[in-house]
Amino acid sequence: MRKGKFAKFASLAVTGLMLMALVSGCSQQTSSDVVKLGANLEMTGNNATFGQSAKNGAELAIEEVNAKGGINGKKLALIVADNKSEAAEAANAMQKLITQDKVVGIIAPIASSSVIAGAQVNQDNKVLAISPTASNPKVTVNPDTGKVRDYLFRAAFIDPFQGSVMANFASKSLNAKTAALYIDNSSDYAKGLAQFFKETFEKNGGKIVAQEAYLAKDTDFKATLTKISSTKPDVIFVPGYYQEVGMIIKQGRELGLNMPVLGGDGWDSAKLPEIAGAKALNNAFFANHYSPDDNSPAIKAFVAAYEKKYGAKPDAFAALSYDATMMVIDAMKRANSFDPVKIKDELAKTKNYAAVSGSITLNETHDAVKSAVIIELKDGKQTFREKINP
Amino acid sequence: MEAGSIAHQFVQQLINGVSLGSIYALIALGYTMIYGILKLINFAHGDIYMVGAYVGFFATSILKLSFFPALLMAMVVAAVVGMVIERVAYRPLRNSPKIAILITAIGVSLFLEYGGMLLVTPQPRTFPAVFAAELYNFGGIVINSQQIVILAISIALMIILTYVVQKTKAGKAMRAVSFDTDAAKLMGINVDQTISFTFAVGSGLAAAAGVLVGIYYNSIDPLMGIMPGLKAFIAAVLGGIGVIPGAMAGGIILGIIEAMVSGFISSTFRDAAAFGILIIILLFKPSGLMGKNVREKV
Amino acid sequence: MSKLQNTTKRDLLALGGCAVIYAIFQGLIGFGVIGPFWELNLILIGINIILAVSLNLITGFAGQFSIGHAGFMAIGAYLGAVATVKFQLPFIAAILVGAGAAGLLGFLIGLPTLRLSGDYLAIATLGLGEIIRISILNTPYLGGATGLMGIPRYTTFTWTFLAVIVTIFFIKNFVNSSHGRACISVRENEIAAEAMGIDTTKYKVMAFTIGAAFAGVAGALFSHYFYIAHPASFTFMKSFDILTMTVLGGLGSITGSITAAILLTFISAALASYPEWRMVVYSLMLIILMIYRPQGLFGNKELSLKLFGRLTGGKKRDVA
Repeated sequence: MRKGKFAKFASLAVTGLMLMALVSGCSQQTSSDVVKLGANLEMTGNNATFGQSAKNGAELAIEEVNAKGGINGKKLALIVADNKSEAAEAANAMQKLITQDKVVGIIAPIASSSVIAGAQVNQDNKVLAISPTASNPKVTVNPDTGKVRDYLFRAAFIDPFQGSVMANFASKSLNAKTAALYIDNSSDYAKGLAQFFKETFEKNGGKIVAQEAYLAKDTDFKATLTKISSTKPDVIFVPGYYQEVGMIIKQGRELGLNMPVLGGDGWDSAKLPEIAGAKALNNAFFANHYSPDDNSPAIKAFVAAYEKKYGAKPDAFAALSYDATMMVIDAMKRANSFDPVKIKDELAKTKNYAAVSGSITLNETHDAVKSAVIIELKDGKQTFREKINP
Repeated sequence: MEAGSIAHQFVQQLINGVSLGSIYALIALGYTMIYGILKLINFAHGDIYMVGAYVGFFATSILKLSFFPALLMAMVVAAVVGMVIERVAYRPLRNSPKIAILITAIGVSLFLEYGGMLLVTPQPRTFPAVFAAELYNFGGIVINSQQIVILAISIALMIILTYVVQKTKAGKAMRAVSFDTDAAKLMGINVDQTISFTFAVGSGLAAAAGVLVGIYYNSIDPLMGIMPGLKAFIAAVLGGIGVIPGAMAGGIILGIIEAMVSGFISSTFRDAAAFGILIIILLFKPSGLMGKNVREKV
Repeated sequence: MSKLQNTTKRDLLALGGCAVIYAIFQGLIGFGVIGPFWELNLILIGINIILAVSLNLITGFAGQFSIGHAGFMAIGAYLGAVATVKFQLPFIAAILVGAGAAGLLGFLIGLPTLRLSGDYLAIATLGLGEIIRISILNTPYLGGATGLMGIPRYTTFTWTFLAVIVTIFFIKNFVNSSHGRACISVRENEIAAEAMGIDTTKYKVMAFTIGAAFAGVAGALFSHYFYIAHPASFTFMKSFDILTMTVLGGLGSITGSITAAILLTFISAALASYPEWRMVVYSLMLIILMIYRPQGLFGNKELSLKLFGRLTGGKKRDVA
């Protein structure tokens, strides 16, 4: 170690940082005949599975609009930024999309915490963000001030609605008196659903006999399932994502847990019956946005187009992100402008928009109000059970 | 809860723990071999396990191979991948600071994860039903035939490995290189070849674990190797790193601890318990349960 | 005596240089030449410099492998945020709380674990970092899986720059003090150091505590910039990132850590538009750089004009 080389830090820092200043100065190119939409999604990290599905959905939407000539003669382009499944990186990506890429609207991250981390960036820069799936109420309402965030929207249900729908279904349709909760502890979505399920279920006179947790990417659930089975619940509520849920149901059935299993829209995937096995999935129910039995041409066209492009069936993330993108595009058309503020104003007025995931109306807190359907899984097939209007 | 129910639960948890532990053991076997010879925490080991699972998946679903050919194919491909990684990424660094190899190992691990994601998409895949699981129920205690197969295969591999390392010429070379690389070289042992061979065997074992686990849990994805890789390393340390039966014992013990913590305390502290055990073992018996104490020489 | 004066003069000169750099960048931000996105990256670079330099003290100078740095960063991020969100304390208090808490924890953890060495210490610190994260994940007071929200944005370029300067000055002077020399002797040969009457445990724990405290500072800056402290930001992947910066720059080279922190943050930002390829390119670069410069960009040398001539032929040194 030599002493006194500290002065040289300066020259070093200057060279490195000047380079950055240079790049920041010249990397802002705008092309006049292309309108950019941003997608701030989980392309890497733990939630990459969901983020890439959502990217596919958004891409498909843009491709379809462009194939029909775009909007007002302008083509749309999707700029994807990776938030690495981290809240701080989501804020970073939001900043990049808005200030570097100059997008006019953004498809916000999957996870509520990531959307919330970037929310202030959207508010400050007056560019809207619509999350396909973030279901925590705090996404659109600032918990500190109680005010609605003008530039934040969602295409999904909020947690209280979905949680209570399933709780009511458990106590009223299945006559359950006791329930066990098995929650994905790394997901605020699952935690939110569980919380509202619990509130409603207890209000209906039911009792929560076990509350257990797992983490995303876990593969062995038998120990906890053995513990749950000793409390003999009437139903088990597993508000997680399909990959773990599939393994939970498979392993649970093996251990003799034959009671009904309930869940939320995170279950919606063609992978679920593959992972769990069709037989194990009997007597399982989940809340979703639409039923595949639904013969609406919009759903059929979407599923066919998606399969053609990606060779796989769309899951809930793809469908909701397709919808979110289409809602923004619809707002652009109605605003007849690419001004971010005008698009935001029009998006807030969305009413009875015929989306793949149902007819969407945005309420005063920017949440998608749409009816939920309860899907029953029979031999691996999704079948319609009940429709619940908000 | 009545006593009978607790006893019943305890036995079931023991079974759950042993079956989880035999998976850790299977991965830990390869881990411990590679550490034993190179003194390198091969962070990419868990990802080779993932590669093995994917090769097994494509072999059964696209090439329509049956279980054993698919397993063999996965092991061979992973062995080649392991040797290539060693040749390209680790060998040039053999005389460099250890931390540089550690960083390279992290780099290789990230490369396999995200390169894999690029190649096969991050969507989870499910194995076709290669062999069906049968359930045995003994008065409420449930055992799955796949659990028995995995345990049996890991014990068999442990015995074969111990035999290879203790009795064969290649095994003797491995032990010699592990004990003192320079002396082994002077004795005419081809060090490069021996290390390459160790990587091939270790990676093949990881691939076997990948295929078995893929079939057992029926879901694989490109990031599936991160946690099991880490847990297997804990198992290897627990049993005494470099000791083959130790990896087996460490894996089973870790599995049982995790099952018991989830079953009787809380599932949220399962991973914390695993790391806690690791630290306690390291502090009080750093050579592991079955390792020999080596005193530091001046 | 004249040598001491000389050093002080150089330090003052360097401080002056820092003031000039600060003025340039603040000016560029003020005139809008550096937009919000690059300002954000400047702040991230600052935070990463603090992390890399503080880890360099532990791993580079004292020779103790640690892959748990993200854990200390998490402590700083969360407890700093608790100070401002729950107790409405000013930002400087949050930084001090974060640093103090992380330092204290570093001390408590370091005392038993630093008896381990090499890989064992590495894996133990990795485990401890994960235990810290899992504990936070299971603490409803800290927001659990949702993260701690509603954190005011206090971190500015000025704050970050100040924190970076304080960190570098503190660690540089520590390394050049007799305590620092003792730490280096532990790295070079622990048994010989002990034979010379150096209390090796004391110096190892001291380096670990200081390093942890500065990681806490970085954490507090981090959470007060992004409005949220979330457990997913502090996984062992983050610890790997920090370790990568430190090793890539060169163990025992403060200038190396700074360069690597700038370089890697910059590359990560530049690759943001190619999300699928970002990690693949990043990992390949890591492997190639390590193969060609296993001792890091600068080895254990500090950057100086003389060094430029020798950069390609730096001597290899075995740290392990």
